[in-house]
This record gives sequence, structure tokens and C-alpha cells, in this order.
Amino acid sequence: MSAIPSSEPPVSPGTTAIPPVPPAEIDASCRVPVLVLFACAAVWLVTASAFALITSLKLHMPQLLADCPWFTYGRLQAMQMNALIYGFAAQTALGTSLWLIARLGRARLVQPGYVVVGALLWNLGVKIGIFGIQIGDSSGFEWLEIPGYASPILFVGYAIMGVCGLLTFHQRSEPTLYVSQWFLLAALFWFPWIYSTANLLLVFFPVRGVVQASINWWYIGSLSGIWFGFIGLAVIFYFLPKLPRRPLHSNPLAMLAFWALALFGGWGGIHHGAPLPAWIPSLSTVFTGLTLIPLLAIAINWNNTLAGASTSWKESLPLRFVFFGAVAYLLAGALSIVDSLPQVSQTTHFTFFTTARTQLLLYGFFSMTMFGAIYYVVPLLTQSEWPSAKWANRHFTLAALGIALYVASLALGGIFQGRALNDPNKSFLDALHIGLVFFRVSTLGDLLMLAGNGLLALNLAVWLVRCCRACCVPAIVAAVKPQLAEVAR
Amino acid sequence: MNHGPLIFLGVFFALALSWFGLVFEPQLQLGNAQQATNVVNSAELYPQRRPGLAKQGLEVYRSLGCASCHSQQVGQTRRTYDVMLTDAGTNRADVARALLKVKTGASAVELEKALAGPMPLRILKDVTRAAADAAIEKLDPTGAKAEVKITPTGPDIARGWGKRRSVAEDFLFDQPVMLGSQRIGPDLADVGSRLPVAEWHLLHLYNPKIVEKKSVMPPYRFLFEKRKIGREPSPNALRLPGEFAPERDFEIIPTDQAKALVAYLISLRADTVIFETPMTVAVAASTNAPAVSTNAPVAAVTNAPAK
Repeated sequence: MSAIPSSEPPVSPGTTAIPPVPPAEIDASCRVPVLVLFACAAVWLVTASAFALITSLKLHMPQLLADCPWFTYGRLQAMQMNALIYGFAAQTALGTSLWLIARLGRARLVQPGYVVVGALLWNLGVKIGIFGIQIGDSSGFEWLEIPGYASPILFVGYAIMGVCGLLTFHQRSEPTLYVSQWFLLAALFWFPWIYSTANLLLVFFPVRGVVQASINWWYIGSLSGIWFGFIGLAVIFYFLPKLPRRPLHSNPLAMLAFWALALFGGWGGIHHGAPLPAWIPSLSTVFTGLTLIPLLAIAINWNNTLAGASTSWKESLPLRFVFFGAVAYLLAGALSIVDSLPQVSQTTHFTFFTTARTQLLLYGFFSMTMFGAIYYVVPLLTQSEWPSAKWANRHFTLAALGIALYVASLALGGIFQGRALNDPNKSFLDALHIGLVFFRVSTLGDLLMLAGNGLLALNLAVWLVRCCRACCVPAIVAAVKPQLAEVAR
Repeated sequence: MNHGPLIFLGVFFALALSWFGLVFEPQLQLGNAQQATNVVNSAELYPQRRPGLAKQGLEVYRSLGCASCHSQQVGQTRRTYDVMLTDAGTNRADVARALLKVKTGASAVELEKALAGPMPLRILKDVTRAAADAAIEKLDPTGAKAEVKITPTGPDIARGWGKRRSVAEDFLFDQPVMLGSQRIGPDLADVGSRLPVAEWHLLHLYNPKIVEKKSVMPPYRFLFEKRKIGREPSPNALRLPGEFAPERDFEIIPTDQAKALVAYLISLRADTVIFETPMTVAVAASTNAPAVSTNAPVAAVTNAPAK
């Protein structure tokens, strides 16, 4: 079955008694919660890229902020990573997922009020967590630095939003599932599982010794490979056929990718020098190697879906973002397969190469895809155009250029740095300085991304102000006026 | 027909496979690891808990985020086997004849001369384990004493970052375990045996440029207190070289945090010989001796598994 996820009501004979909900009503039900998630995410995005820039500058000028314990390199690095992952990426992921679940199931979002509460709780958790890292309460585990007193808040916030998502899915009036729904549903379930497991076993009831490291790597692999991977793929599988109005090349191929990724996607990242029993890194390598199957399936599927549609992607800005994300996904997948080979990771591990790979996945693939979704969804929800199409276009240019510069320079620099590190005749500092030459270029990338992200936030802010002026102010005036009149009388 | 629950279970098991492999199984294998006499040369238990101050130092290390620049895992690419003659015995001619069989292409005269020279003498360099064992078997009946010397090698070890690769045991009592994933700074798995002097670490923390001109590590001056010298200078004050010294009448005192962090760094030693990472080490007098004596006793310990 090949399908365009279209917004027109279906003419399917199997449809049961539940009447499909018109898209405008679905959008209306999503309006407040999804916009709250997007707006908060945009603020976190700018915060994260500002932190990233300072972190990057600290490597050029070690004296920068050196006398302030709140801004050590290690703390800033953790803060920017957590702001990006939990502040921005997770919130846009949730916002987009909820909207997609509602849209694809042709059902209204269930309990939008609760979603807003969940989103606010989530934001509170991230805020407390990042402040906790800043004052030195980091848990010490990568991507899980948010201290134990904040992570339960995140979990509860997620649970509220997740349940609303599930209920919405349950109320769907469209019984046939599109591949995006598979990805979304699996992701919806997988996050609480990995987040609670990792936090319980690392922070609350810590296991002993290097099992901690293994669990930490599993969490990072699952979060990036499964959670971000699945939600990003769901969005790409939705928009890539929809925006150019072409049918998805093959549904079975997409399902193959889904099952293969579910099996092999969460194993990545354990390198061979790790102080673990040898079977663990070997297993990690084998399964990461097997992700070649879904990667090829996805690449063929997308390629054939888009074949012949080369002109339309220039016209639609969301499509450009999503297309960039799709290419970055394939590239990141290929890189992680290559990087899992012991011969390669012997050189690249511990260098800037790993940073480049992570950022390609988080920003190049995930964030860019989400930007596409934001630029598409927000006008639908608000039923108004973006304040400035020019800013949006600039955002794409800056973000694309920034991430390309960042990834290319750090990947190349990492290889040179790794080769020098493996040569004991070169001193450690010489090897580091080789890497730092390339690192300077990546700072420029950071700067470009910050500028681009700033434009998105600005666009959203201007829109918010306009919206307030257009609807909130009259509403408040209308509410207050009778009382004023009362008082006057 | 409703396949929903079946599909749900299928997806769940597919996803849970990685949990099974990377969380459950490692926990089964390593989660109950105990201190053991897994050490070669004594009944000493390994690993040992870090002393209290070092444990506090680990908290400082975690809190400041040191692990984002420093890894704590020494890698090892391979292991070399050398055959060393430690004692030529009395029957030199017999030994020389046996050596001729072991070392093809050597001349008898040269061998005799070498046998008269200082011991230990390296007979074979970087051979396979089997070849090394065979050589020992041939030399044994002659009355000479020979042994296999096992040396872990790799770029990290060549840099002096450790003597062997890091293994699971090294981290048993740490919470959290911070292996690190970047080497913006050098690996610290064995920094305690490489740099055992607290004074060095304190100076390095106060300003890395004092000990390493090209360092990119930021100074951690907030771990120190600058104060006016009282009636007499504090014995704890840092002895800073000219250009880094504070104004007159002032001294730099390390805070408790700095002392704890340094205690932790010095406690980072991954040099115990355990069965998991075979290697031969000369039994030097005291492990705390900073300088390695050149006339170290020839006795050696090997933890290679028995034949």
C-alpha cells in the first residue's frame, strides 16, 4: 500500500462509526499545547546555542570565565548538551509527535490542557536540572547530567504528555496505520522506558562499576538512535511524500526499516577500547553494522519517492529543511557504521570526530527536520503566515551552512587529531593543537547556527506579540470592560 | 482481527533486545563483582576502595565536569612476548647450544660472549606465545633460568598513560564511573603513578601554564584562596615561581576541594597486575618510589595463565 498522508477525509469502507474530524478542528485542538512546546523549545534552542558558543570559545581562551565555578568547561558543555536535548529537541519532538498523531489518526488531541501542564512541568524540570548542573550537582553521566532531584519532574511531565498522545492515538478515526504512526508510537513508549531505567540504575539505585558505563552508552545509543531517530523519521516519512505531493514509494520497505531499526538501532556507540568484557563492544559493533539494512531501505525509499520531484523542493521551505534532515540522517547513519569498526574507532575515538558525528545527528538530522515541521505546522495552527518569510529563509541558509561547517571541520580535524594521538612520537599537546586548528573553524559554525536559531526565535516572538495584540488583548479587554463599567457606575 | 497486542509485544521485544544486551547481561556478569585476590604477586585484594579524601575528590571531579575533557581508559592494541634469560647457570656451553636451536641464525661465538655479559638478557623479541614457551622448554634442562616477558603495547601505553589497558575491575568502587569520551586533556586512568606528587597537581590546577607552557586547560583558581600572610607564612601555601606569584604579603592556599581533588587524582592508579591483563613487571622496591632505580632486582612476576 502506498499512501500520501493527506489531510482530506479518507474514503475507506472499513471506517467504523467514528466520523473523521476535519483537519481544521484537529489543528485547533493542538493549537495551544503544540505552540507552548514550540515556543519554549525555541527559547531553549537559543540558550543551547549560546552556551555552545561560549563552550567553544573557552577552548580558544582558557582564561575566559575561568574564575567563575559556574562556568567551567565541563559544566557548560553538559548544560549546552542538556539544553539542546531536553530543552529543545525533546520539546519539538513532543509537539510535532502530538500534532502528527492527531493529524494521521484524524482525531482531536485529547486533553490539550493536560498537555500544557505536562509541557510546563517538563520545562520546570529542565530549568531546575540545568541550574543543578551549573551549581555542580551533575550526575556525572553523559546526556543524563540532570541531577536526581529534577529528573522525576521531567518524567512526570513526559508521562502526562505521553498519555495524552496515546489516548489521541486510541481515539483515531482512521484505522489504517501509516508508517509514521508506527515510528511515533514506538518512540512514545521507548522514552519513558530508557529514561527511567537509566536514571534508576545510575542515579537512584546505582549499579556497581563499569555496568554504569554500559548503561550510559545504551541510553545514549537508544535516545539518539531510537527516540530521536524514530520521531525524526516519522516526520520525514510524513513530509517527504506530502509536500511534493508524491506517493510513498513502498510501504513494505518502510516497515522493514521500522522493524530493523527497532532491533538494531539502539546498540550503537560502545568502542573497542572500553574497559568492558570484549563481547559487549563486539555486540555493539555487529548490531550497528546491521543498521546498514534499514539505512539502505530508507535511502531507496526516499530516493524513489522524490525521483522526478526535484523542482518542488526549492519552493517549499519546510521541504528544504526536511530534505536536509533526511540527507543528514543517511550520512550520520553511514558514519556511525564506519565509526563502529574497531580499525576506524581506534583513530577517531576520543577525538573531535565523535563530537561531529553527534552534532550531525542532533542538529543536522533531528533539529533541521524539526525546523521543517515547525515552519509547516505553526501557520496551520495559528492560521496566519510567518511574520517574516525572509528570516525563515535566512534561518535555513545559516543553519545549513553552520552545521556543514561545524561537522566537516570537526570530522576532518578529528581524523588528523586521532592519527597524531596514535603516533607516540608526537606529543599529546601537538596532537591536540592539530585538532584545535579545525576546532576554530567549527566555532564559526556555532556562530552561524546561533544566528539562524535566533531568527527562528525572533520569528516566533514577533508572531506571539502579534497574536497577543490580535486575540489576547481584545479578549482581556472584553473580559475586563463590563467590570470597569460596573466600577464606573 | 485485532493484531494490536501482538504487534505491540513484537515491537516491545525488538526494542528490549538492546536493553537485554547492554543493561541486563552486563549486570548479570559484572554487577555482583567483588574484591578478589585476583592479583598475582600477593594475597592483596583488588580493587581497593579509595581513601575518604580521594572519594570526596571524585565528587569534585564529577561536579566540575572534568570528565568532559579527560578520559579514564587506557587502550592497548596488542601484547608482545619476549624471552628473557635471567640466569645463565654454570653450564655455559650447554646453554649456548640450546640457544642456537632457539635463535636461528646466531653465531656460537656471539652467544658465548653475550652469556658472559650482564643479565637479564633478551633472547627473543616479540615472538608468539607458543614460540616463547617452546624456547623456555628448550632452555630449562640446561640449568639456565629463562622467562617470558609480557608487555602490553599501544599508543596510550607508549605515551606513558598506563602500563596495561584499563579493565572492569579498576572502576568497581567508583560512583559515578566517569570513563570520559574526549581527550582534550591527557588520559587520567593511571595519573597517580605517572605524577604522584601532590604539589605538582596543585600548581597545575592553580595555573596549568606553570608546569606546561602550551596547555589549554583553564586555570582553576577558584579552588584556591588568596589571603594575606599572617604572622608567618602558611606551610600549605603554594610555592609559585616568580611570574605567577601573588603580590607581596599574600599567599595562595589550596581549599579543601583542591586537596580532595588532588587526593583523587593521585589515587587513580591502574597498575596492579591482575589475571585479566597479563603483563610482567619488575618488582621494584616500593610502589611509592618516584624514581625508578636502574639496578632494579631481576626478579619478575608474570600473571600469564599457567600452561
